[in-house]
Amino acid sequence: MEKLSLGGQLVQYLFTGVTVGSVYGMVALGFNIIYNVTEMINFAQGEFVMLGGLMMVVCAKFLPLPMAFVLTVAIVTAVGVLMERFTINPLKNASVLTLIIVTIAVSILLKGIAMFIWGKDPYVMQPFSGTKPIHLFGAAVQTQILWVLGISAVVVVLLTLFFRKTRYGKAMLACADNLEAARLVGIKVKFMVLLSFALSAAIGAAAGAVITPISLMEYDRGALLGLKGFGAAVLGGLGSFYGAVAAGLILGIVESLCAGLISSGYKDAVGLLVLLLVLFVRPSGLFGSVEASKIKKF
Amino acid sequence: MRRFGKGWRGAATLTFCLVLVWSVVPRLAAAKEPYKVGVVFAVTGGASILGEPEKRTAEMLAEEINKKGGIDGHKLELVLYDDESDETKCVLAVKKLIKTDKVPVIIGPSVSGNTLAVVSECNEAKVPLISCAAAIKIVTPVEDRKWIFKVAPSDSHSVERIYEFLLKKGIKKVAIMTVSDGYGASGREELLRLAPQMGIELLADERYGPKDTDLTAQLTRIRGTGAQALVNWSVGPTQVLAVKNWKDLGMTSMTFVQSHGFASKKNIELAGGAAEGVFCPLGRVNIPELVPANHPQKQVIMAYNEAYQGRFKEPLSAFGGHAWDSLKLAVEALGAVGPDPAKIRDYLENRKNFVGQGGVFNFSPTDHCGLSKNDFEMVVVKNGTWALAQ
Repeated sequence: MEKLSLGGQLVQYLFTGVTVGSVYGMVALGFNIIYNVTEMINFAQGEFVMLGGLMMVVCAKFLPLPMAFVLTVAIVTAVGVLMERFTINPLKNASVLTLIIVTIAVSILLKGIAMFIWGKDPYVMQPFSGTKPIHLFGAAVQTQILWVLGISAVVVVLLTLFFRKTRYGKAMLACADNLEAARLVGIKVKFMVLLSFALSAAIGAAAGAVITPISLMEYDRGALLGLKGFGAAVLGGLGSFYGAVAAGLILGIVESLCAGLISSGYKDAVGLLVLLLVLFVRPSGLFGSVEASKIKKF
Repeated sequence: MRRFGKGWRGAATLTFCLVLVWSVVPRLAAAKEPYKVGVVFAVTGGASILGEPEKRTAEMLAEEINKKGGIDGHKLELVLYDDESDETKCVLAVKKLIKTDKVPVIIGPSVSGNTLAVVSECNEAKVPLISCAAAIKIVTPVEDRKWIFKVAPSDSHSVERIYEFLLKKGIKKVAIMTVSDGYGASGREELLRLAPQMGIELLADERYGPKDTDLTAQLTRIRGTGAQALVNWSVGPTQVLAVKNWKDLGMTSMTFVQSHGFASKKNIELAGGAAEGVFCPLGRVNIPELVPANHPQKQVIMAYNEAYQGRFKEPLSAFGGHAWDSLKLAVEALGAVGPDPAKIRDYLENRKNFVGQGGVFNFSPTDHCGLSKNDFEMVVVKNGTWALAQ
């Protein structure tokens, strides 16, 4: 077995980190969209990723990949919409904390349902374009990594366009700035909440669908992805989209470098350590606005 | 009218019961008193994947024994409780078996945590327990485990078999990779402990979480050390992930050995071709067809395989084999010395050459497991299925 040069190893760690990191980033985006409109944290976000992955495995069995992908995102979006309609919407005047606890309940429910449908075994899926890895600077790169990076880039661009250019996007941003004022100028806040759940479910599903060929997927994977994504969202500053993506990448790369260069046993600890350090120095996160964080509840 | 109807029905039920008792009682009195065996398995809950085949096997075996006239004319009666994979419920079930059902011997529980929770219970009540779980702590230190036996192999047996196999292939430089849960931690302990004793040089000791999505960082690091072989110790998705990443990184010239946790053929399917050439130590019960015809276990495994497959239409598992071994040992002891817990214990402790599903057991006052590294067969994945490793 030939040894791999340090340079080659570093490239390998970076690719691994960027891949894992972009999934963390996508989960963090989902957290932020809902947080911006409602000021609550949706702890079922990781479950959307899990559902996306498992749905994709099922859909890809009898549909060509692009259609399977679209159908997966559509189904999970519907789950997100149903979740909002049946658990968040009926609670009038509930505090943010109550709503957060409700989302934890929903995440347990979704996990249980997934266990009934798919069982406890992990599911595997063929990579979108061939199993042969590409060799770059001495590192072996799975082609699926490029899909993960591509899809997350597309998601970020589309989200930016949506929030900058469309009426609904701007209305959602208005809700984020000031809920009361948004309601006064005639924005249907309830509908915006629904829209935010649909959007974050869709993003979660997309993340799950592209990551499954790399990581496999089983019913209880959601919680950990949700936790890492939440870490990224806080690190980047809750509410900031670019912050979420950047923080996700940072977290992924730090973890991967730690696993490779220091010790794989401390990988998760180092991720959390970075998060804590940043929060001590900048409580509003790397990219969060200090003023804005003062008036928010969390 | 209504009241009359109810009363009539009650009277009818009573008569029916009386007739039933009448017809059954004399026959029972004529037969010998049944022998009870207490059974605790995790039939439902998180460990149901172990408990389900165990319960099926035990019930199938009991039926077989009773059909052949029981134990010396005594009917075998299983008193079976489901501990729902829960420690508290397991302790309650064992207490009930000892105090209410007054069984002379207990088989189970399915998992190590639950077994360790009931060890003191059985020791105090002086009722022998034959556990189906693996942890070495179940039977050590042996002076505190006077009444406890186990039929599942220890991690050390598996590790010894792997190291022996690697040395035979001329491999001394080894990297290990373990998952950070109970299974991985216990395997890692044995891998680290036995390496210097057997002359293996460990170049890397990597770990990962049970829910990690990617192991290329750990593998890349291992690749950098120049190890000749890699031993991975995990169950669940990460053991499949390890194989896939190893293949993707083009590391196939490094010998890959999985722990015995890789036993299910499902894992080969999940790895989708990447598992070709992966080695792992398996109990022979997992590979009935591959056991050489002259091996002492061949006959018992084939018979069990035929009966079990014919009835439940699913492949044998090591877990079902543990239930077979523990019940068979209990039944044999009952037949030899009768329902006396102390005599059963002494019988078990001195039982040699018991040919079971998990291996050939040789119990002794210092070894309450009775298995050895030779009860693992090294196999390799070839054309999507197991083949004996040369």
